[in-house]
Amino acid sequence: MSKRDIPEINAGSMADIAFLLLIFFLVTTTIQTDSGLRVLLPPYVEVPPPPEKKNKRNVFAVQINGSNQLLVRGRPVALSDIREIRTQLKTFIMNNGKDPNASDSPKLAVVSLLNDNGTSYEAYVGVYNQLKAAYSELWEESAQRKYGRSYEDLDRKERKTIRDEIPLVISEAEPTSLST
Amino acid sequence: MSKFKKKGKKGAPAITTASLPDIVFMLLFFFMVVTKMRDSEIMVKIQVPNASEIQKLEKKSLVTHIYIGSPVDKYVPQLGSAPRIQLNDQFAEATQIPLFIANEKTKVVRAKDRDKMTCAMRVDKGVKMGIVTDVKTELRKIDFRKVSYLATDLGDQ
Repeated sequence: MSKRDIPEINAGSMADIAFLLLIFFLVTTTIQTDSGLRVLLPPYVEVPPPPEKKNKRNVFAVQINGSNQLLVRGRPVALSDIREIRTQLKTFIMNNGKDPNASDSPKLAVVSLLNDNGTSYEAYVGVYNQLKAAYSELWEESAQRKYGRSYEDLDRKERKTIRDEIPLVISEAEPTSLST
Repeated sequence: MSKFKKKGKKGAPAITTASLPDIVFMLLFFFMVVTKMRDSEIMVKIQVPNASEIQKLEKKSLVTHIYIGSPVDKYVPQLGSAPRIQLNDQFAEATQIPLFIANEKTKVVRAKDRDKMTCAMRVDKGVKMGIVTDVKTELRKIDFRKVSYLATDLGDQ
């Protein structure tokens, strides 16, 4: 009796397996792209214009000092409760004249952000993020109400109508330099 | 007596190496896809802040990077650890930004694309706003106003 020979392994499908893996990795790996908070800076003017006489009720003032302490409409807010800005801003914008201390209408509401040169970048971005978040939540709600779809799924024109109704206006004052 | 007597020599057959090229190509492709080309070495320590409302930067060719952070350990003896601005692959002052941006603009071939250029600010979260404000002011002076504060989304804060 002769010993049984081991049959040769068919390697023909190896290439298929390799390609399968290749495609799998191609699909699952995402090339790391940078992402960030998009901001349009105000145009530069030599002499800062005199502060616009806006009705105080329409201005949502947020101030951050050099020790990263927050003042939202004159009331202190702890940096750990940063999310409170979002809820406060949302009720402020959608007030429509009910509360005499909040905005007349979303179109008139303006956010004013003032920071110090000693403010940490993290706190600044955190606050800015909350301001943007409040607006994007309002846009989302408005999109659901008007079109029954998510804001993301709307086309350009529809987005613009929503953005015109609730315009994002964040005005940044020249930073103070009190803590240097 | 056996009818099915095997011919040839016995023992394990050699493993085919026919698929080796495939594996190598697969690895090659994989790394080609995953590797991120970085045109300048980063000489400042940067840990970007956390934010949820971030948008991806499209069109890599239209993005200019400005880095702000404390110099890495290698440069600390000469420069100290105060935050600095890095443009391309050298340390710079805020006043050099207009020239830097003008240079970057010439790299964009189509003139009408130049208005779409964005400045990606990769800033360490511990940096004070003073230096960031200087950069912002310089950018505003040359009317280069599209800015993106790079951040990561680490979930709800």
